[in-house]
Amino acid sequence: MSDGQTGGNGAVPAPRGNSGEVIDVRRGMFGAKEGGDTSGYGGLVRTVRLPGASSRPYGGWFDEVADELEGALEEAGLVPEEVIEKTVVDRGEITFHIAREHLPATARILRDDPALRFETCTGVSGVHFPGDKGRELHAVYHLRSITHNRLIRLEVGVPDDDPHIPSIVSVYPTNDWHERETYDFFGLIFDGHPALTRIMMPDDWQGFPQRKDYPLGGIPVEYKGAQIPAPDQRRSYS
Amino acid sequence: MSTSHATPSASARETTEGTVYTVTGGDWDEIAEAAAKGDDEKIIVNMGPQHPSTHGVLRLILEIDGETVTEARCGIGYLHTGIEKNLEYRTWTQGTTFVTRMDYLTPFFNEAAYCLAVEKLLGIEDQIPDRANVIRVMMMELNRISSHLVAIATGGMELGATTVMIYGFRDREMVLDLFELITGLRMNHAYIRPGGLAQDLPPGAIDQLREFVKKMRKNLPEYDKLCSGNPVFQARLKDVGHLDLAGCMALGATGPILRSTGLPHDLRKAQPYCGYETYDFEVPTADTCDSYGRFLIRLEEMHQSLRIVEQCLDRLEPGPVMVADKKIAWPAQLALGPDGLGNSLDHIKNIMGTSMEALIHHFKLVTEGFRVPPGQAYVAVESPKGELGVHVVSDGGTRPYRVHFRDPSFTNLQTMAAMCEGGQVADVIVAVASIDPVMGGVDR
Repeated sequence: MSDGQTGGNGAVPAPRGNSGEVIDVRRGMFGAKEGGDTSGYGGLVRTVRLPGASSRPYGGWFDEVADELEGALEEAGLVPEEVIEKTVVDRGEITFHIAREHLPATARILRDDPALRFETCTGVSGVHFPGDKGRELHAVYHLRSITHNRLIRLEVGVPDDDPHIPSIVSVYPTNDWHERETYDFFGLIFDGHPALTRIMMPDDWQGFPQRKDYPLGGIPVEYKGAQIPAPDQRRSYS
Repeated sequence: MSTSHATPSASARETTEGTVYTVTGGDWDEIAEAAAKGDDEKIIVNMGPQHPSTHGVLRLILEIDGETVTEARCGIGYLHTGIEKNLEYRTWTQGTTFVTRMDYLTPFFNEAAYCLAVEKLLGIEDQIPDRANVIRVMMMELNRISSHLVAIATGGMELGATTVMIYGFRDREMVLDLFELITGLRMNHAYIRPGGLAQDLPPGAIDQLREFVKKMRKNLPEYDKLCSGNPVFQARLKDVGHLDLAGCMALGATGPILRSTGLPHDLRKAQPYCGYETYDFEVPTADTCDSYGRFLIRLEEMHQSLRIVEQCLDRLEPGPVMVADKKIAWPAQLALGPDGLGNSLDHIKNIMGTSMEALIHHFKLVTEGFRVPPGQAYVAVESPKGELGVHVVSDGGTRPYRVHFRDPSFTNLQTMAAMCEGGQVADVIVAVASIDPVMGGVDR
C-alpha cells in the first residue's frame, strides 16, 4: 500500500505509520527510468517501511519470554540493552534484534535456561535489503520451544562490506547446513562454522545468487521477431 | 583412460590422493582384492548422485573400512533450481505454482504453508471460508498418505522387497487419481491459493473420496501382513539408523524421525492451523529410535489420515472456497470447458460484454496482483517429513520480497552421518530410506 492513504483534511496526506523502519524508497512505476513521464506515474514515491520497534507490554507470553531473557542476560553479565537492539511484535510474532557479537551467548541462554528452553532452531534465512544502509544483510533465525510450545525470531543485521556473523552451530548443530546455505546464497560469513563451504551452488561459483543485485540469468525470448526480456528485466510494479 | 586391469568395466589410476577406482558394475571382487593388497585399508566410495538407492540425486560419500562405514557425508545441490529466487519475480499468487514443485511428493503442504504465510501477512487468516479450510486439510491428509506410501514403497524396493514397492505405488495411484480429479493434475497442482482454493470440488468427488477411504482401509493392513511381522524385514530395519531424542533435538530432526524417539511432537496438535484442533486423530509414536519404528509410525499415520479425511467429508458444507475480499480473490471462477480448465464463460461474458469495471479489475488483479503490507511472517506445517516452515518477507509490493523454505528433508538429511557412521554399508540404504529425503525439497 502506498503512503498517504490515511491523509487528513485535504492538505498533503500524512505519511502512514511513522513508527516503522524505513528500508527503501521507491520512485516511479514500471521500472521506467528514461524518457519523459508519459504515464504520470513518474512522480510516485513509495517509502518501504518495515514494522518498527514495539514497546511494552508486548502481550501474551511475549513479555514473559522478554523478561526471562533480559534477566538471564543480566545473570550472564551482559547488558540487555546492548544485546537486544530492539524488539518488534508484529502479526502475532515476536522478533528480537540481536547485536551480532552477542548472538552465540544469547542463543545459548535461550536454549539452556529452563524458563526459555528453545530446544530447536529451524535454521537461518537470509534477507538482503540493499536500501537499509549499514544493515544490508539480515540473518533471521526461528527458535522453537517444544517444552513451552513457543516460537520466537532472532534477527541480526550486518553491513554489506563486513558480512560477518558468529556461527551458532556450537549451540544448534542443526544450523550447520543452514548457515552454509545462507553463506552460499547471500555471502554472509558465519565465523566459527566448522566448514563454511557452498552447499547448493557448485564450489567454484562466483557471486551470491539470492542477493537482490544478482541477475536471474534468464535470456530474452524471441517470438515473431519481437524480444521479450528475461523476467528480472521486464517492467514491474515497484 | 589408463587401466591396470584387463576388465574394461573397472579401471584404476594413480593420483596424488591414492588409487582411484572407477567401478561400473559387476567387478567388486577385483576392487576388494586390489584394496586388500593395498597399504591403506580405507576406501572412499562415492554413492550417487546417480544411484537408484539414494532417493534421487543425492550423493553419499562413504569412507568404509571393510564392511563398516567409518565416515559418511552427503553431497547435495544437484537439483537446485533457484525456486526461492524465482519467486521474487512473480506475483504472490503465481508463487504457489513455484512452491508446489519444491518437495514434489508433498505439493499440497508446500502450497498450504506458503499460502498460510501470505495470509498471515495480509491479516486475513480469519476470513478463509470453512469449506476452503476443510478441503485444504483433506488434500493435505490425502497427500500425507501418498507421501508415506512412496516412502514405504521405495524403502521396500531398496531392500529388495519389490512387492512392497508394487503395493505402495498401486495405492498411491489411487490418491493421484483423486488429485487429478480434483485439481486437474497428478502433481504440481497450484490448487491452494492465497485466500482459499483455485476451485471447488468437482461433481462426484465426494463419492470417489468415500470409495477411496473404503478401499484404502482394506489395503492398508496388507502392509502389516507383508512387512510388520516379517522376520527378514524386521532384521533389516530394527536397530538400524539409530538416533535418540538428544540427537534429534541437536540436529533439528522432526517428523517420523523425532516421533520414533517417543516424543509425540506434531505441529497439527502443538500449533494447529486450518482448524486441525477440531479433528479427532492421534499422533503415533515409537520408542525404538530406529528405522523400524519410523516405518510403523508412517503406517499408523496413514490410518490416522484416513480418519481425518473421513471427518472432512462429513463436515463439508456448501459455500465459497475463496475469501470474499475481491481485491485478493482471483476474479474468475474457473470452469471446465471443452478446451480444458479456464475462466468460466459467464465471467468472460460479464467482463467483455457488460461491466468495464469488472474487466479492469480482472486485468489489474491478474497482471499486477495484490499488494501485501510490509513485514515478515513464519508459518510451519507438519508435512509427512516433519516441520515445513516458510519465512516470507514483504516490502509492500506485488511480489514476494523473500521466501525461504525450511524444508524438513534438508534438515533431516543432516542426521544421515549420525545414523550411518559405525554401521554396515548395507544399512546406509535403510537409514537413508527411513529419513525419506526428497531432493526436490532438499535442494529447492
